[in-house]
Amino acid sequence: MSTRLPTLGRLIDRSAPVKFRFNDRHMQGLQGDTLASALLANDQMLVGRSFKYHRPRGIVAYGAEEPNALVNLGHGARLEPNQRATTTELFAGLRATSQNHWPSLEFDIGAINARLSRFLPAGFYYKMFIHPRPLWKHVYEPFIRQSAGLGRAPRRADADRYEHFYHHTDVLVVGGGLAGLQAALTAAQSGARVLVIEQTAHWGGRAPVDVTADPDRSHVNGKPVDTFVEQTLAALRAMDNVTLRTRLMGAGVYDHGYVLGYERLGDHIPDADGPRHRLWRIRARRIITATGAIERPLSFAGNDLPGVMLASAMRDYAVNHAVAAGRRVVVATNNDDAYRTAIVLHDAGIEVVRIVDARPAGGLLTDDARARGIRVETDRAIVRVKGGRRVSKVQIGSQSGTGGALDEVACDAVAMSGGWSPVVHLWSHCGGKLLWDAAGAFFRPDPERPPLGADGAGFVLPAGAANGETDMASVLRDAHAAGCAAAQAVAGTAPDTAAPEAASTPEAPLDPVWLMPRNARADLRAKTWLDFQNDVKVSDVQLAAQEGYESVEHTKRYTTLGMATDQGKLSNINGLAILSDALGQPIPATGTTTFRPPYTPVSMGAIAGEARGPVFQPLRRTPMHGWHAENGAHWEPVGHWRRPYAYPRAGESVHGAVMREVTNTRANLGLLDASTLGKIVVKGPDAGRFLDMLYTNMMSTLKPGRCRYGLMCNENGFLMDDGVVARIDENTFLCHTTTGGADHIHAHMEEWLQTEWWDWKVHVANVTEQYAQIAVVGPKARQVLEKLGGMDVSADKLPFMAWADGTIGGFDCRVFRISFSGELSYEIAVPAGRGMAFWQALVDAGADFGAMPYGTEALHIMRAEKGFIMIGDETDGTVIPQDLGLDWAISRKKADYLGKRAQQRRHMVDPDRWKLVGLETIDGSVLPDGAYAVGSGRNANRQAVTEGRVTSTYHSPTLGRGIAMGLVRGGPDRMGEVLTFPGTDGKIYKARIVDPVFFDKNGDKQNV
Amino acid sequence: MKRYSAFAIAREALRHHSGWQRAWRSPEPKSRYDVVIVGAGGHGLATAYYLGRRFGIKNVAVIEKGWLGGGNTGRNTTIIRSNYLQDPSAAIYEKSRSLYETLSQELNYNIMFSPRGVIMLAQTHHEVRGYQRTAHANALQGVTTEFISPRRVKELVPIINIDGPRYPVLGGLWQARGGTARHDAVAWGYARACSDMGMDIIQQCEVTGIRQTDGKVTGVSTTRGEIGCDKLGLVVAGHSGVLADMAGFRLPVESVALQALVSEPIKPCMDVVVMANTVHGYMSQSDKGEMVIGGGADGYNNYTQRGSFHHIEETVRALIETFPMISRLKMLRQWGGIVDMTGDRSPILSRTPLDGCFINCGWGTGGFKAIPGSGYGMAELMAKGYSPLTDAFGLERFREGRFIDESVAAGVAH
Repeated sequence: MSTRLPTLGRLIDRSAPVKFRFNDRHMQGLQGDTLASALLANDQMLVGRSFKYHRPRGIVAYGAEEPNALVNLGHGARLEPNQRATTTELFAGLRATSQNHWPSLEFDIGAINARLSRFLPAGFYYKMFIHPRPLWKHVYEPFIRQSAGLGRAPRRADADRYEHFYHHTDVLVVGGGLAGLQAALTAAQSGARVLVIEQTAHWGGRAPVDVTADPDRSHVNGKPVDTFVEQTLAALRAMDNVTLRTRLMGAGVYDHGYVLGYERLGDHIPDADGPRHRLWRIRARRIITATGAIERPLSFAGNDLPGVMLASAMRDYAVNHAVAAGRRVVVATNNDDAYRTAIVLHDAGIEVVRIVDARPAGGLLTDDARARGIRVETDRAIVRVKGGRRVSKVQIGSQSGTGGALDEVACDAVAMSGGWSPVVHLWSHCGGKLLWDAAGAFFRPDPERPPLGADGAGFVLPAGAANGETDMASVLRDAHAAGCAAAQAVAGTAPDTAAPEAASTPEAPLDPVWLMPRNARADLRAKTWLDFQNDVKVSDVQLAAQEGYESVEHTKRYTTLGMATDQGKLSNINGLAILSDALGQPIPATGTTTFRPPYTPVSMGAIAGEARGPVFQPLRRTPMHGWHAENGAHWEPVGHWRRPYAYPRAGESVHGAVMREVTNTRANLGLLDASTLGKIVVKGPDAGRFLDMLYTNMMSTLKPGRCRYGLMCNENGFLMDDGVVARIDENTFLCHTTTGGADHIHAHMEEWLQTEWWDWKVHVANVTEQYAQIAVVGPKARQVLEKLGGMDVSADKLPFMAWADGTIGGFDCRVFRISFSGELSYEIAVPAGRGMAFWQALVDAGADFGAMPYGTEALHIMRAEKGFIMIGDETDGTVIPQDLGLDWAISRKKADYLGKRAQQRRHMVDPDRWKLVGLETIDGSVLPDGAYAVGSGRNANRQAVTEGRVTSTYHSPTLGRGIAMGLVRGGPDRMGEVLTFPGTDGKIYKARIVDPVFFDKNGDKQNV
Repeated sequence: MKRYSAFAIAREALRHHSGWQRAWRSPEPKSRYDVVIVGAGGHGLATAYYLGRRFGIKNVAVIEKGWLGGGNTGRNTTIIRSNYLQDPSAAIYEKSRSLYETLSQELNYNIMFSPRGVIMLAQTHHEVRGYQRTAHANALQGVTTEFISPRRVKELVPIINIDGPRYPVLGGLWQARGGTARHDAVAWGYARACSDMGMDIIQQCEVTGIRQTDGKVTGVSTTRGEIGCDKLGLVVAGHSGVLADMAGFRLPVESVALQALVSEPIKPCMDVVVMANTVHGYMSQSDKGEMVIGGGADGYNNYTQRGSFHHIEETVRALIETFPMISRLKMLRQWGGIVDMTGDRSPILSRTPLDGCFINCGWGTGGFKAIPGSGYGMAELMAKGYSPLTDAFGLERFREGRFIDESVAAGVAH
């Protein structure tokens, strides 16, 4: 059983018990525990179930690489599935439940899959469930989905808060172990700004743990290594140019030294105020990855049972938390390091019943172990671990054999070590390449092929164990060198300091052991796990190779090796060694799968940051926004704006309000907040020339004081925006765009100016938000302006399509005599800050004239009654002005404009193009939006032939019937024809082709 | 080829699965073939498959510079739908969707086509009108879709927030027979069937040149030697421009990175595919339990198969807004693929200026769903010189201005 030891425990406070719950058990840990160490201290060996076979799973690792110990943490609006117990700091009141079982962790029906595992090899689902077809959707797939999936889906919206944080630095050091601290110190001594981030809550990494195992050989500069760590930290803290942060993980490296950091501020103090996670967006000129190394499991049958643990993890739990994973431990290894675990456990009073060393001659620590009375057997392998929900026995045999058991020993835990792999993820994210180190049997960064920055130099510098260094003296030298290189790159000078001195700790070479025993039988290989979470075994990888899934990517995808939540941190190297062996090729020829961010999973909440709910996207408000809200506006999102769709009164439907607004505007007076319309100033000696290219119309001939309706096409000839252009003076134009078009038309103008016509003397500025603009519309529009008093707005002084500056009611304003409704209409711009006051003045003065505000839908109906097109309704990116009867707005005098050449292409001049017409249903009803007119027969793909479609359709209160606009093949030549529109409601609609101007064809109402 | 079945698995289980054959052979290239297809992704393999199965041309090689199915076939978010607006698009995507329905049985390889349904959310009035138009068009194209109410959206997707403060859901375009499939399996299944017909799939073989005589293609030069052919099909997605350059013509194609991500796996909580185009994001839940999420494409040309993180942020924001419960899930992995975008965002399936050389590219952000239909149409075009499915997608449309623009119906990558 696993227990708390009376000695050791450098991170725990024995005087501070912490109560928590796991499933329905109340447990107690200590301050300084992780959830994993606390579970072990409570002898909770079984912590979860595996993905595919629902095998019992125990804690196997100490840190971020843990594949098994995943729990549902918290509850309600704070439930988080798949939280690693090993990286969860214990806090009072913590509630965790185990995952992927039913009805309980101890008794799981899904474990039947393990009994059937012989019938469920890698890729079985590609070969089964093919017949009969309907069963896949209704039976097989639901069953597979239900048995997969691990943690519980949260049901409620997240109660926590998240934020983003920006940081610019010269040097970023990822990892606060010995190498990271030393590299940071060296780099900082050059004066460079240095940020050091450490994913755990503690500095120093593994070095302080290893002191315990090997106190005599763990001195740096003559001092114990933990003292050295403290002194280095103190030196860094004293430097103004250094920032140190714990609980902050380097999650991903992107182009140009962009690094994502993931800071877990509140996970260990859930009741604290403040954000739970913080996403750091770091820009660093150089990145030192001192991310250490991860121990590899050994591949022997039964290596997945609870109680089988990485040797280093067992040592970490003992030294850091005074927790022993068992009372009788077998250590299996192919290297020297696992001996340190044996020695630590032995010295803490745990019985180490056997060290099983695969190497024929053992290692340099073999004698030390034997001197303590530990029985060491060399050239031996674990043949099979026996047990149910935890380890009970181990069978031992010859490493070079096929699996015959020579011995069987009772034990309750197994420590395994297959060697170490440098953590190269961050090096690789942005294109750093790896080379195979045969001596260490691992991939490490290839210094010749780093990820390259914009200057062509490598911007990631690996240091220490992450660079393949294993010995403490060489780790420190390597870290110092990385610090110097970073300093040289960012400060132009490297500090004149020497690397700290440490005694070298020689080790005997490891023996690459990819399978234990080397020639294990098929029945053993089928019980030898590579990926503990996804249940991928040695036999699965071999099967993939046998079936031709030879690429490492094929094998990964066919078997799911390395696709679990740990992304193969424990399994990938072992798996590709097995694959290489099966293919008869060296490991580097097989290569690795691609390392993708993030290093460990990052919460979606952190990625989104503060942007959620009302502040999900910026909300743009006109100066009158508040008034609209107070007056019952029914909103319509238009880009980031919200515009009033209508202003329904108490007891009035939205539709009713729209009808009232149209009728009132046509009869009396309507007020529209038109502030969202784009306003772009185009200024300079070449402004006219520029607009002649941008618009289909001739703009350079426009007289100051006049307005012109213009069309803008893209280079493919398609209509992209429209609006009124006013010439302010010889060199200045004001271009109005649609609400949705303002930003991209501004960008469009800039693109042409910057890339094609960079030598033209023109500047453009988007002044949309500088003005509030109000449309005063209706037969009484002039009266209300005259009542307010000020400038002359008479037909003589301000005729249709003219504009003038002046004052109205004491407000400085610019008045445009333009109309999108067919009514007498003034669009009046005032400085944005005066907008609300001016609006209120109009509302007050308008009361006598029946003034009412109207919204976007009334605007749409009135323009449709007049046959005016609307960008986005009559256009959809495939329509040219000629389709819309707008030939009059295309200048024939100009040599060129954007889209001119495109509009001459064969398909554009095809007489069969669909063209704008009006449509009136025979019975006066409203045509369905988007309906198509059907022709006769079917095309080569057996689709019904169509000959037109509805682009806008409304009930017109003015005409008391449905009106529509549409595009119809040869439409203008087919006036009076009746078309057939099948609705999706099953009805057939008949509509007659008519002139698109339904109301006031002569324009008598607007030209008064 | 040994057939796959539960019985076969039971038989093999008794001998530790030692009897399974290779899914596809790994032959040396021959000196010539009737047809060479460059690119062993889904589209290339499907082209070869239908050439053999439907048009009787079996002396075919598919050559691939990397590993089969390793490009966008293995990187996409596996959505299958055919609710397109324009007639030519609806025709090829609906053909594709219908071939997907029976593909597992046809290939004897379970590609796990899951007709779980696809919803495209309407969150602005403009989108409502756009999808109503698509629904009308689909009805006439023989594609079954329906514009549904917010309440029905909520019934189909209980985890959705239809009352968001910024973009409340106003409805949705629902295609009940759309869904997802296992993307790798599509490539593997076609590869196995092609190999079984005697076709050669040659991986790790990069084309270095295209040989021609008198304006007619005669073969390709590769890193594994010269390979002659009568007809050549270029089906290489992101690198189409490079191959076209070898063949001596240019393409109106830009290559950009498109990104996707998955969460850690959780128990089933969403049965359908949801696409939210206004806020830019889409999500489904895989059979493993991961939430599979896709978003926008980068704005700059790129071949690196990785993208910029701000797109990931925007996508995740959009989806937390739509599905608030995912805030406490974690992003497990993000990746990118290179998509080939044409000017009108519709594909190119076409003859080329080089006689005997055909091209299939430009699927942009939505090629996975088209694999069977694209392969079928391309095979018909290569075998007969004409296919009604591909007729509108010829290269000449850019010269004539006859664009097939889906921007109304598909404002977002997918």
